[in-house]
Amino acid sequence: MKHDKNGIVLTEEQRRVRRRRSLALAIVLGVVVILFYAVTIVKLGPQVMNRPL
Amino acid sequence: MSLVTNSIPSDRTDTLGRSEAFSSHADVADYFALLKPRVMSLVVFTALVGMVRAPEALHPVLAFTALLCIAIGAGAAGALNMWWDADIDAKMTRTRARPIPAGRVEPGEALAFGLVLASASVLMLGLAVGLVAAGLLAFTIFFYAVIYTMWLKRLTAQNIVIGGAAGALPPMIGWAAATGTIGLEGVLLFLIIFFWTPPHFWALALLRAPEYARAGVPMLPVVAGADETRKQILIYAAILAPLGISPALFGYAGIAYGAFAAVLGGLFLLLAWQVFRRRGVVGEAAAKRLFGFSLLYLFLLFAALLVEAIAR
Repeated sequence: MKHDKNGIVLTEEQRRVRRRRSLALAIVLGVVVILFYAVTIVKLGPQVMNRPL
Repeated sequence: MSLVTNSIPSDRTDTLGRSEAFSSHADVADYFALLKPRVMSLVVFTALVGMVRAPEALHPVLAFTALLCIAIGAGAAGALNMWWDADIDAKMTRTRARPIPAGRVEPGEALAFGLVLASASVLMLGLAVGLVAAGLLAFTIFFYAVIYTMWLKRLTAQNIVIGGAAGALPPMIGWAAATGTIGLEGVLLFLIIFFWTPPHFWALALLRAPEYARAGVPMLPVVAGADETRKQILIYAAILAPLGISPALFGYAGIAYGAFAAVLGGLFLLLAWQVFRRRGVVGEAAAKRLFGFSLLYLFLLFAALLVEAIAR
């Protein structure tokens, strides 16, 4: 790890690892959103459409 | 006095004033390793069996959600265990390559990771599936991370006997997810894993006794000696063999399962007897065989219950 006047400068390997972590986090968040959506539909069933328009 | 400090980035801190230690080097695989994936797979499998054996069926999406929450909860408990036990892990060959002792993950990161996953899994299970299952999952995580890891593990030779309850709860959580209650068959599955745990871990401890002694963990072979451990293994195997058949004896499982469980239990008992009788290099080989077979035993027993439930 290097440092300059702006603080820490990541190495190429650290950048690559950070990118992988960010990607993994994005996938996890996406799965959670889909899961909550699916669970809501399953639990509410047709009632999900039953709302005043 | 101003609450805002104008810290000047030095060669030890970044622009946010954080120390170099907080610029994580950890890869995704390191965080995954914190979840103890091999333990997690056994937890998911036994929870699935508990769920499938339950008299009420769960919607596939909810069943998947429940298993995911149980897996994440088990992983969270594993991460909290690694956070607390990093000092012990660093002293043992088997565990010194784990992310914290190897310096790839900061202890604080592992703690935060474990706490976030534990909270999220319990909350999600409670919202999506049911409060009884969520309560049991919360209790399991607490029991493993606090009662076993922080308290019993370094205190008593009975650590894995009592702590084994945490590993035995997943089938009950699976059952509770499907039914919202705790049934007798779920309790039987709990008891099978509970009595399976000591001979499984003591067979390993017999082989690793010097390492446990060096790390200061009072495992039974370290505290009471190898002979006492061999005797205890035999006693627990003698309890486990009939317990394995108990689902058939209580009428929950069929005769085919009962016969299969009897054969497996007999083999377990035979290997435990060999551990009890043999010494030296032959004794070590017997302990190794028992450790390997114990994993197969639990897998085959629960696989038989799963197959039978699907075939019904």
